[in-house]
Amino acid sequence: MSTRLANQGRLIDRSKPVKFTFNGKSFTGFAGDTLASALLANDQMLVGRSFKYHRPRGIVASGAEEPNALLGLGSGDRFEPNQRATTTELFDGLESASQNHWPSLEYDIGAVNKAFARFLPAGFYYKMFIHPRPFWKHIYEPFIRQSAGLGRAPKDRDADRYEHFYAFTDILVIGGGVAGLLAAKTAAQSGAKVMVLEQTAHWGGRAPVDGGTVNGTAVADYIAILVTELEAMDNVTMRLRCMGAGVYDHGYALGYERVTDHAPSLEGPRHRLWRIRAKQIITATGAIERPLSFAGNDVPGVMLAAAMRDYAVNYGVTPGDKVIVATNNDDAYRTAICLKEMGVDVLRILDARDTGGGELMEQARELGIRIDCGRAIGKVSGGKRVKKVAICAQAGTGAALEEISCDAVAMSGGWSPVVHLWSHCGGKLTWDDSLSQFRPDPNRPPTGADGQGFVVPAGTANGEMHLGEIVSDAVAAGKKATQDAGFKAKRTAAPRGVDTAYAPMEPVWLMPRNAEMELRTKTWLDYQNDVKVSDVQLAAREGYESVEHTKRYTTLGMATDQGKLSNINGLATLANALDAKIPQVGTTTFRPPYTPISMGSIGGEARGEVFQPIRRTPMHDWNEAHGADWEPVGQWRRPYAYVRDGETVHDAVMRETRNVREAVGILDASTLGKIVVKGPDAGRFLDMMYTNMMSNLKPGKCRYGLMCSENGFLIDDGVVARIDDDTWFCHTTTGGAERIHAHMEEWLQTEWWDWKVYVANVTEQFAQIAVVGPKARAVLEKLGGMDVGKDDLPFMEWRDGILGGFDVRIYRISFSGELSYEIAVSASQGQALWNALRSAGDGFGMMPYGTETLHILRAEKGFIMIGDESDGTVIPQDLGLNWAISKKKEDFLGKRAQQRSHMTDPTRWKLVGLETTDGSVLPDGAYAVGEGVNANGQRNMVGRVTSTYYSPNLNKGIAMGLVLNGPDRMGEVLEFPGTDGKIYTATIVDPVFYDKDGEKQNV
Amino acid sequence: MSEPVSALSGSAFCGLVRVEDCGLKGMITLRGDLSAAAVKKAATGVTGGKMPSPLTIASGKTGSIAWMSPDEALVMCDYADAGAAVGTMTTALGTTHSLVVDVSDARAQFRVTGPAAREVMAKLCPVDFAPGSFEPGQFRRTRMAQIAAAVWMEDENTFCVICFRSVAEYAFTLLKTAAASGSAVDVF
Repeated sequence: MSTRLANQGRLIDRSKPVKFTFNGKSFTGFAGDTLASALLANDQMLVGRSFKYHRPRGIVASGAEEPNALLGLGSGDRFEPNQRATTTELFDGLESASQNHWPSLEYDIGAVNKAFARFLPAGFYYKMFIHPRPFWKHIYEPFIRQSAGLGRAPKDRDADRYEHFYAFTDILVIGGGVAGLLAAKTAAQSGAKVMVLEQTAHWGGRAPVDGGTVNGTAVADYIAILVTELEAMDNVTMRLRCMGAGVYDHGYALGYERVTDHAPSLEGPRHRLWRIRAKQIITATGAIERPLSFAGNDVPGVMLAAAMRDYAVNYGVTPGDKVIVATNNDDAYRTAICLKEMGVDVLRILDARDTGGGELMEQARELGIRIDCGRAIGKVSGGKRVKKVAICAQAGTGAALEEISCDAVAMSGGWSPVVHLWSHCGGKLTWDDSLSQFRPDPNRPPTGADGQGFVVPAGTANGEMHLGEIVSDAVAAGKKATQDAGFKAKRTAAPRGVDTAYAPMEPVWLMPRNAEMELRTKTWLDYQNDVKVSDVQLAAREGYESVEHTKRYTTLGMATDQGKLSNINGLATLANALDAKIPQVGTTTFRPPYTPISMGSIGGEARGEVFQPIRRTPMHDWNEAHGADWEPVGQWRRPYAYVRDGETVHDAVMRETRNVREAVGILDASTLGKIVVKGPDAGRFLDMMYTNMMSNLKPGKCRYGLMCSENGFLIDDGVVARIDDDTWFCHTTTGGAERIHAHMEEWLQTEWWDWKVYVANVTEQFAQIAVVGPKARAVLEKLGGMDVGKDDLPFMEWRDGILGGFDVRIYRISFSGELSYEIAVSASQGQALWNALRSAGDGFGMMPYGTETLHILRAEKGFIMIGDESDGTVIPQDLGLNWAISKKKEDFLGKRAQQRSHMTDPTRWKLVGLETTDGSVLPDGAYAVGEGVNANGQRNMVGRVTSTYYSPNLNKGIAMGLVLNGPDRMGEVLEFPGTDGKIYTATIVDPVFYDKDGEKQNV
Repeated sequence: MSEPVSALSGSAFCGLVRVEDCGLKGMITLRGDLSAAAVKKAATGVTGGKMPSPLTIASGKTGSIAWMSPDEALVMCDYADAGAAVGTMTTALGTTHSLVVDVSDARAQFRVTGPAAREVMAKLCPVDFAPGSFEPGQFRRTRMAQIAAAVWMEDENTFCVICFRSVAEYAFTLLKTAAASGSAVDVF
C-alpha cells in the first residue's frame, strides 16, 4: 500500500495537519503536501478513469506532466475540472473529486468499453461513424458529444478575480531549478534586469532530490545560497508559482501566476497573467522522464521512477511497500537506492541493458538490492492497483520467466528535455542518439525582429543530464543571453558540479522488444487518451507516415497533457513501425501554453462591470432614470425608446413617433461624430473626401454629404458645416466618428502629406440635443436669447449664440422631415441644457424620443441610414443619391471606382419604397423572390428589405429595399417569403412616404 | 450657464492606491509644426513653461504642455481659462498653419496616488512603469485595458490619467478593480 514514511519529507511540515476531501471522503495531509502526495499518503492509489476505456488510473508523475490524476476541484462557483493533483498544493478544506466515471470511481459502468477495446481501435470513429450519412447529425454526433471530455464544465459564474500585469525585463529566465538560478545570477551580475519564473512553490527543481555537490557544497544548500544572493539583487525579480506558459514573437512571453490557488482564503486575485517583454529568454525548464512501454503500464501503482523518488524525499511518501524498478538507464537506480535507504523493500531492479549500469548499480548492489540485467517487465497485473509483475527477457516476445507479487512499479525509459518553450516560437530540435532525446539545436533558435536568436536553453532543458554539465551550461547560457541582450557579461568561472557518473542508457521503445500482440494491446503510450502501442502500429500499417497525421488519427498527445509523457515514445513506436529513424519521423508541433491556463487569467480584469467599455453621453444617467430601453450603438448606449409605466417598448415607440410629428420631441444626439477640419487646403481635402462639393459651401451654411471608400462604396454620411474661411465641421454617423477620423488622417498622412490640413475629433467635447417637431421653434423661443425664426436661422444653416443662458451652436438640420434644431453645447453643460429644454418644452407636449423613433421618422421621409441601406457593397448610385455626387469635380475618393463596369451595371439593385399590400410589416432582411431557380436549385432573388417599420403616422408597414430594376417597376407587387412560412406581398413605391415636398422641415 | 460638471463629479476610491476624479481640466489640442516659433510661443504663452520634447510633459507656472505626436501637443490649464486661452493662441498663431481646439469637456482626468501607483497602472497599460523607465516628466499615450489613455507622473507616487469623457465610468471602475485590496504585486 502507499503510505507515509515515519520520517523524511523535506517539503512537508508534520506539525501542521491539513484536512481535505476526495470524493466526499475526509483525509488528512500535511502543510506542504501536494494533493497527489496527500492522496498517496492516504493509500488512495486509484484517482480516475481513463477517457476512452474508463480504465482505473493512478498517479504516475509528480509534476506538470501528470496525465492521470486530473480532478475536479472546489464546488459551486469555485468548481474547476481537470486540475492536476500533482501541481495542486494542499490547503485546509480542499474539496476534490475524480472524473469520468459513473456511478462511482470504484464501480464504473463505462469500464465496459474495455471489454470492447478490440472494437475501438485507432481511427474507430472515422471508420465507424461515416455511414450512413444522415446518422452523423442525429445519432453519432450527439452520442460522441455526450461522452466527450473528461471533467464537467462548471455551471456557475466564476467567483474569483483575475488580473494581468505588464512586465519588461532584459532577461527572462523560465525555470527556477539550479540551472535557471545560476543562469539568472550570471546574467544579473552584468547589471541587466532579470526576471526568474518558477512554476512550483519551491526553488531548486529536482536537484535537491537527485543530489550532488557544487563547489563542494551539497546542491540543496548551494541553491539556498543562490536564492539568497538573487533576492538581494535589486535588478532581479523572482516569482514562485508562476509558470512560463508561452514564448511568442519578439521576446514576448506569458507567465501564469497562481496567486491564491494554494490559499483561497487570501484576499486577492486567483491568477495573474504576466505579459512580459524580454530582450532574451533563457529556458531552464528541466526534463521529463519517459515511461516504459510494457503491458499493464497504466495500472495504479506503476509510476515514473523519479516521481517515486520525489514523493519519498519531498513528502515522505512511498507508493508501495514492495517495489520493482524497471529501467534502461542509471538514473532509476537512484530511486531504488533512495527507497531502500528509507526502509522500503525493493524487490528487484530489472535493467533492460544486458550489461546493466555503472557506479549507481554498484551502490544498489551493495545495499543488497537484487539486479537482473537484460530483463524486462512482461506484464503488470492488478486492476485497481499493482498486484504482481511477470518478468521476461527484454530480447524476447514476453514469455514469463517468473512472476513476483509487489504493490508498486517504478519505471524509467530515459529523459526528454522540456523543449516546449524553446520550440513555441520556432526553435528547432536535434536528435541526440546517445541519450535518445530531442534537444535544442543551438544553430536554429527562434529569431527576433533582427534575425538573431532570442531564446537560450540552459541545463537539463538543453539536454545536459549531469550536474557538472548542467552548471557549466547554465553559466554559459547566462553569459550568452547577457551579451545578446546588449550587456557585458562578467568574467566568472563556472562552479564545479559533481554527481555520479552514468553508464550509457539504451533506448527501449517496447518492453519486451518483440512483445506479442496481446501484450501490445495492453501497452499504453498516451494514458489520458488511451492510445496504445498497437494503435500507433495500426496507423502505420494503414499508411499514416506523418507524425502529425498519426497524432490526429490515433489522438496520441491530443489530451490536456499534450503528450508530455507519450510523444517521444509514440513517435519512436511509429518510427519503428515505419522502419524509419526517429529524427526522420520528427516531432509534432509544440504550442503554448505549456500546461492549460485558466480562462479567467486570459480575460484578466475584463469581466462584470468592466467586461467592455460602455460609452455614456452626458445625459446617460437621465436617460437611464427615465425608462431608456438601451440599444448598443458601437460602444455607446443609446435609448431605443423611453418606456413609461404600463407601456411596452413598441407602445413607447409609437407614442414618441406620433408626438414628434404632432408636437415636439427631444433627442440625445450627442453620439454623432464631430470632426474639425482646418487649413488652407481644407476645402480641397473635403472635396476629395466627400462625393459632393464642400469647398464652395458658404460660412454659416450646412450641406449633407456622402463619403465613399476608394473602391466607390458608401462608408458614411452626415452634415458638414462651414465655420469660417478655412474651417469646416463634419458630422459623422455615431459608429463612424473614430473610423472616419482615422480615414481622414490616413489620407493626410500617407497620400496628401503636403496638403495644409489639420483634423481633430471633437465628438465628445459637445453634448448635442435635437429639438424636433412643429412646436420646436416655440420651445427655443421660450428659452430665449437667440433668433431662431425662418429668416434668422434658415434651413441648412447654423448660428452661434446664447440660448437660455447657454453658449450654444444651433444647426438647423433635419433627419426627420420636421422643423428641427440640433443644439450643441459643451458636454459639461449637456445635462443642464437638456433640463432647460425639457422645462421649456413642458407646455408644448415635449417628449424625449429614442433611436427607433428616429429611424421611423427618417424612413417615412426616405432618408437612408448607413448600415441599413448600406452594407459595404452599396454605392450612392444604388440609393438614388446621384444628386449628391458632383459631376463638376475632377476627382473624389471613389469616383474612378464608380466608373467601373460592375458599378455602372444597370442591373444593380436600386433603392425603392415598399408598402405591404395588407398593411403588415415586412420582415427585416427578407428577400424578394423572382421567376425560376439558380444553379443551386434555389429561387432567384430580385431584391431585399433594408429597413422596415410600422409607421404610426401612416398607419401601415413601410419599408425600403434594394430591388432589381426597382425604380422602373413602380406599382409592381413583390413576394417576400418570411422565415415564419408566410409570404409577404409589397408594392414598389417611391421611398418618400411622408411630406414628399419637404414643406414641414422648411418652415 | 450652469455650473459645468465632470463625468464623475469628483468621485474617489481608496484601495491599494487612492483613485480620484480630478474634475474638469482645461485641455487644448494644438496641431502644428511643434518646432515653429509661433507654435511654441502660442503654447508656452498659456503655460509659462517650456515646449516638451517627444514623449514628455513640460510644466509651467500656469499649466503644462504634453507631447502627443510629432505634430500635436496638448496644452493644459485651469478649466476656467481654457476658452480664453484658445482665443489667445489662435490670435497669436495668426496665419501660421495650425489648429487650436478646446477639448476640455471631451476628457476625464484621474489621479492615482500611493506607493503602489506604478503597479496599479502596470496592470492596465502595456508600458514599462518600472522606476527608471518611467519617471515624472515623461508622458505616454497608451491603452488602458480596452480604452485609449494618456498618462504621466506628478511625483514618485502620483499618476495622472486622461481618457475620453464617455468612458470615464469604465476608467474609474477599471482603476478601482486594479487597486482592489489584496492584489499587490510587490514587484517595483
